Amino acid sequence: MWKYEKKLQYPVKVSTCNPTLAKYLIEQYGGADGELAAALRYLNQRYTIPDKVVGLLTDIGTEEFAHLEMIATMIYKLTKDATPEQLKEAGIDAHYVNHDKALFYHNAAGAPFTATYIQAKGDPIADLYEDIAAEEKARATYQWIIDLSDDPDLNDSLRFLREREVVHSQRFREAVEILKEERDRKKIF
Amino acid sequence: MENSPNTYTWMKTYQTYHSVYDPCPPLGTRYYSTPPNLYLGFQPPNLEQFQPNKALKKGTLWPILYDYYENPYEKKRR
Repeated sequence: MWKYEKKLQYPVKVSTCNPTLAKYLIEQYGGADGELAAALRYLNQRYTIPDKVVGLLTDIGTEEFAHLEMIATMIYKLTKDATPEQLKEAGIDAHYVNHDKALFYHNAAGAPFTATYIQAKGDPIADLYEDIAAEEKARATYQWIIDLSDDPDLNDSLRFLREREVVHSQRFREAVEILKEERDRKKIF
Repeated sequence: MENSPNTYTWMKTYQTYHSVYDPCPPLGTRYYSTPPNLYLGFQPPNLEQFQPNKALKKGTLWPILYDYYENPYEKKRR
């Protein structure tokens, strides 16, 4: 069961009217390494992972939905007041034809979200290594979006999200260490 | 701690070969990010923390995991 807090994890402010940024951000919404894929991946893998790290997958999977909400807010703010002409200039006319201003789970190239983006192998090490890779890929995606964006307020929120990827990757790496640990041997740090 | 992660750089560089026949002018140095989580291993206890209000802004409680990202190509152009 979840409890919903009616606020964003980190404030989202957009200072320039630049719908093109929405085109890039949709990658983190419905793309292969996006927040939806991350949330669904972790919240599904958690059932078949050793007890010691179930809580980690639940916590991080839940937080990914909070990130998804931030991305959605960014995209909505960037597009809600744009005219069809502006959307055309921004290169999201194809999205407009299909969805108007509605958000949809697809990547920056318009490919719809698919469950094949995620995996649950049932092998704890294989699954956690996938999760670490997913965090690093999401971190890289945020970097590329920051590189393309010249909106300082948007970049501030994106930097927060990138930092969370760094922390999540760290925690998944620690989860691997926990599962690797040789129980009867002395730990040396 | 030996090899304190703070002695690492969070951005690495490499050079690419550029031929006189390449169509575009060379971009020069390429960059890639190597954030602190790659070096920390299992996080040791009792590390320094940010003030809670600062941590909420930075995205982490731990200075050792904080890595501010800036477009490395932008910096070069200035």
